Amino acid sequence: MADATTAQAYNALVRSRVAAQASYRASFAIELGSQVLLVLIEFVEVYVVFHQVDALGGFDFAEVAVMYGLSAVGFGLADMVVGHVDRLPFYVRTGTFDAFLLRPLSALGQLVTSDFSLRRLGRIGSGVVVLVIALAGADVDWTPARALLVVVTPLAGGVIFGAVFVATCTIGFHVVEGMEFANAFTYGGNYLSSFPFNIFGTFIRRFFTFVVPAAFVAYLPTLALLGRSDPAGLPGWLSWSAVPAALIAAAAAGWIWRLGLRHYVGAGS
Amino acid sequence: MIVEVTDLRREFVVRRRAGRLRRTRDVVAAVDGVTFGIAPGECVGYIGANGAGKSTTIKMLTGILVPTSGTVRVCGLEPVRDRTTLARRIGVVFGQRSQLWWDLPLRDSFRLLGAIHRLPTSAWEPRLAECVQLLEMEPFLDTPVRQLSLGQRMRGEVTAALLHSPELLVLDEPTIGLDLLSKERLRAFLVRERAERGTTVLLTTHDLPDIERLCDRILVVDHGRVAFDGDLPGLVARVGAERVLVVDLAEPGPPLIDVPGTTLRAVEADGLRQHLAFRKEDTTAAAVVAAVSARVELRDLAVHEPAIEDVVRRLYLE
Repeated sequence: MADATTAQAYNALVRSRVAAQASYRASFAIELGSQVLLVLIEFVEVYVVFHQVDALGGFDFAEVAVMYGLSAVGFGLADMVVGHVDRLPFYVRTGTFDAFLLRPLSALGQLVTSDFSLRRLGRIGSGVVVLVIALAGADVDWTPARALLVVVTPLAGGVIFGAVFVATCTIGFHVVEGMEFANAFTYGGNYLSSFPFNIFGTFIRRFFTFVVPAAFVAYLPTLALLGRSDPAGLPGWLSWSAVPAALIAAAAAGWIWRLGLRHYVGAGS
Repeated sequence: MIVEVTDLRREFVVRRRAGRLRRTRDVVAAVDGVTFGIAPGECVGYIGANGAGKSTTIKMLTGILVPTSGTVRVCGLEPVRDRTTLARRIGVVFGQRSQLWWDLPLRDSFRLLGAIHRLPTSAWEPRLAECVQLLEMEPFLDTPVRQLSLGQRMRGEVTAALLHSPELLVLDEPTIGLDLLSKERLRAFLVRERAERGTTVLLTTHDLPDIERLCDRILVVDHGRVAFDGDLPGLVARVGAERVLVVDLAEPGPPLIDVPGTTLRAVEADGLRQHLAFRKEDTTAAAVVAAVSARVELRDLAVHEPAIEDVVRRLYLE
């Protein structure tokens, strides 16, 4: 089904969403600004921590700022493209989701293209600024592989967070009020991923590496950039594995989505 | 057969609180062994009281819900498995759920649906122009959908469902909440659509005039089962659906017991208001009014059509 006309259909859907946002210029500007502010406030939190200590888990301020920047850009990308999938429970309740099922397109594709939050560009933009300044201050021995890694990591991070968004939104197929639970994984994962993972306890570290692969968003790639090994003992090749981790996460999210949809079609509303 | 339903059954699990912590789990069959077929070009009214299983059946026909048992075939396809293929061949209007984009002008919704159905502009634009003209949508085509009246929105919904020229049109309560003029305009449009294109129509409604104007066949469902399958005169003959003329007299009069073709059902306020029941086959409202006004002076009158719920209830009282 992934032919040219299908792509055109999704393209038309996304463009209509962008056009709808552009018609509310004032509110768009305010939301864009608040996203920039949000990232700066979050970043101040990291700064405050380093006002008290010189290093966190063996990483200095610039190195943690690299993790923060990678995580902010990755999360911002995911939030812009698929973040609104958390509206699924609302769509199920109002019957909009049934309207999706009556159209000749994938239901997940329609859910993802039901919005395109351009205001998240604020988060992405300020994340990029933080990342560039932090990389300049961090002690990175640049090689072509590391340069490529810096470009690819936010994209892989976007895919990973996108997968977490999709997988957790399917809770809306099973229970009516479950989004707070889902937020623990998406926003919680974003929060964790901007810190060095070796400061967390074993359970949290393993869970957010192998179940929700948040460690691949920023912490592990930063290790690779700095040429360091994981103080907690993860093998070095994992530091270069953000892309495969993202692909596995996306496949798993697709499977969880199909499971949820099958439940919805099976249970009715 | 464009629609083939065999022994269709759909159960729901209803969980209820029983006491403080205990919960009971009941299995309720919303559709309980329904069998019917619809031939291409037919217009079938699917009627029944609220909760009779109409919407559940329609969800199974359109691929939104899996049957618990039994088989469904629509356009030769299995609705849930072949959902996207089927979606290009049928059009669906749910009176209560919109297919349109509430924050876009109506015109943009049609453009998007054209893209979603992968239709070239040359395929859907003439169709849209035709619908716009017949349903008089030109004045509000550039209005955002959220600002449309219910009648305007419903014309948009029907157009949206027909844009890809489907073989089968499924309408769930298309006239609910509409004023008389809007209802009539929609009916006239659907009559023409059938005559011109031979589109098969399946509609649920609570409105008897919808059925009189549109349907050649009625399926009555009750408690998840087909209670009647036939045409409207057949149904009326079987249950004896009556219209009731309520007359208010200028001054209290004797009971009007011998008006031709009618039965006196009730007398109120010493004969100031009287209810005369009659059948469509026996006489007309005009003839009854003429006969009554020949005897007494009329002040006011009203004709009550038989309600579908009444007809269905009588069917079950038999």
